[in-house]
Amino acid sequence: MDKEKRNHLIRLFVAIALVYGMVAVLEATLRPTSIVFTVLRKGAIYSLVAVSMNLLNGFTGLFSLGQAGFMLLGAYTYAILTMPTAVKESDRVYRYYDCIVHFDTGVIVGLIAAGLVAALFAFLIGLPVLRLKSDYLAIATLGFAEIIRAIFQWDVLGPLTNGANLLREFKDLSRITLPFSDIPFPPTLFVFIVVGICILLIVLLINSTYGRAFKAIRDDEIAAEAMGISLFRHKELSFVISSFFAGVSGALLAMFQYTVQAQQFRTVLTYELLLIVVIGGIGSISGSCIASFLYIALSEWWLRGLDMGRFLGIDAPDLFRSGFRRLVFSVIIMVIVLFFSRGIMGDKELSFERFKDGMKGMKARLARTKEVKG
Amino acid sequence: MSTLLELEHVTMQFGGVVAVNDLSLHVDDDEIIALIGPNGAGKTTAFNCITGVYEPTNGRISFEGRPIIVNHPSGRMRKMYGGSEADLFADDRVIDPTPDQITKLGIARTFQNIRLFRSMNVFDNVLTAMHIRAKANVFSSVFRLSWREERQMRRETEKLLREQGLWEHRDEKATSLPYGFQRRLEIARALATQPRLLLLDEPAAGMNPQETLELSAFIREIKERYGLTVLMIEHHMDLVMGISDRVYVLDFGSLIADGTPDEIQADQRVIDAYLGVSEDV
Repeated sequence: MDKEKRNHLIRLFVAIALVYGMVAVLEATLRPTSIVFTVLRKGAIYSLVAVSMNLLNGFTGLFSLGQAGFMLLGAYTYAILTMPTAVKESDRVYRYYDCIVHFDTGVIVGLIAAGLVAALFAFLIGLPVLRLKSDYLAIATLGFAEIIRAIFQWDVLGPLTNGANLLREFKDLSRITLPFSDIPFPPTLFVFIVVGICILLIVLLINSTYGRAFKAIRDDEIAAEAMGISLFRHKELSFVISSFFAGVSGALLAMFQYTVQAQQFRTVLTYELLLIVVIGGIGSISGSCIASFLYIALSEWWLRGLDMGRFLGIDAPDLFRSGFRRLVFSVIIMVIVLFFSRGIMGDKELSFERFKDGMKGMKARLARTKEVKG
Repeated sequence: MSTLLELEHVTMQFGGVVAVNDLSLHVDDDEIIALIGPNGAGKTTAFNCITGVYEPTNGRISFEGRPIIVNHPSGRMRKMYGGSEADLFADDRVIDPTPDQITKLGIARTFQNIRLFRSMNVFDNVLTAMHIRAKANVFSSVFRLSWREERQMRRETEKLLREQGLWEHRDEKATSLPYGFQRRLEIARALATQPRLLLLDEPAAGMNPQETLELSAFIREIKERYGLTVLMIEHHMDLVMGISDRVYVLDFGSLIADGTPDEIQADQRVIDAYLGVSEDV
């Protein structure tokens, strides 16, 4: 059994190394403005936040809709911390306010701080909110995200958040260098490395004794409590950890977009993520990742033509114009939800064994149809 | 022989309904005690009070000589209180623990309608219950600094499953097991928390006579092997009369009799309330 497990780990490691190798190769060969990078970066960032949402919704059974709020906290924290002091003191960004933060930090410190700020807020909000059940928890967290967005645009906080104006010129993806040097670092690879580390940590958590306690709470709260698992402590833990990674992904999204504005973190963002989690399969890490990349590729790339007048070689400028993409996209999502009601992966993970079994099943079915025909 | 669990004047009132009224009982070390009574007599409510699921309206519950749950009617409940002895604990400090704190003290339970962790296999069901003794914090757990503890937990789980005859089924999904095995697994999971007192809520529900017979041997066996004291709710009179040291009888929330199985069988009030009608139909 141990040998099997080791083989599984080796295969997994090889597969992941291949993905990273491919990203590095693509980055060395393709034009940096290629749409592929947009999809890869945004897909990776969405993967992280979808996985963090899955930790909460899929593995702990807490239906929370506060993701956009925690991403906003992370994005702002990162932007404010990593913006060079010279920029803060000039009036290029803080035009109407005097910035009260007089220092700047590096990228890694900024990312970690983004997570910590989101986690701190999650801790405080969790104290009252996590006593609520299912729907009420969703409503409370949704409300929190909306309130945070409004507060960040408040005039009084202007010296910190620049009010409703943009934050920019912080250390975004075009300004990443190797530590202690000026050598630029490939941005897509950077996103993949950060996201990879974060998802690895979440996977390690889920497979630890705490992860089992989370799953126990999801399966049956009363039984979990009777087994000595403190509901409140573990829910709070899951909420804080999930929010930490939402904060980190918010910071990554800020790096990806080059600008930060509270308007970008609307409830729609949370719904997009919820959609990704559901399509990928509630309780499946690999499902969330696959669904993120699919979702981003569809909406940013493959269906673009539907808005541009030309799709799959068909020219129809009257039909294929702005907004038609959204219509087609909705239909695709409905089809997915209808035919894969438990998501692409259900609550299983992607593995070589499953792939092999699937192929075997397919072969057997083919053989049977041949027999019937013969 | 000392008293392990003691209930004093425990009353549980839901709105205007008094589900358990002035229940006093004690369970001594190394005993098997049965709590019986017709449907709706308040047996499971009493269990839920002991395990912290409900906060009793009035009364005191002590474990190993220390009070673990204390409450008295106050506020609005003081006015509508329908039980007795309302002022007995009025000066005591209210203690209202959550179920997990009760479990940590050494009281484990099973449920009337089996509550296993649905998504997990047999092994993980028991392993999850080992979490109660995990000392690692979440960081050392994520970074696998506590791998020794994890290995220890897995060893203990293996030992427990082998002892319970569930080892062959370890990779099966818990809910796909045959009914009898699910009951066994639920007991094994409760044992994983290393309790001193085991509360069994209708362990023989849905079992045929043969299985019930095996169950009574099984309860005796785990009691001896793990040094347990057992308090159980049961409807099967064969089982109750066969293995109990003492029996408490509840009817409409109140205690109507207690004593050895022989005394209970001869008690006219019990026969009127329960045995005469339910056994010989």
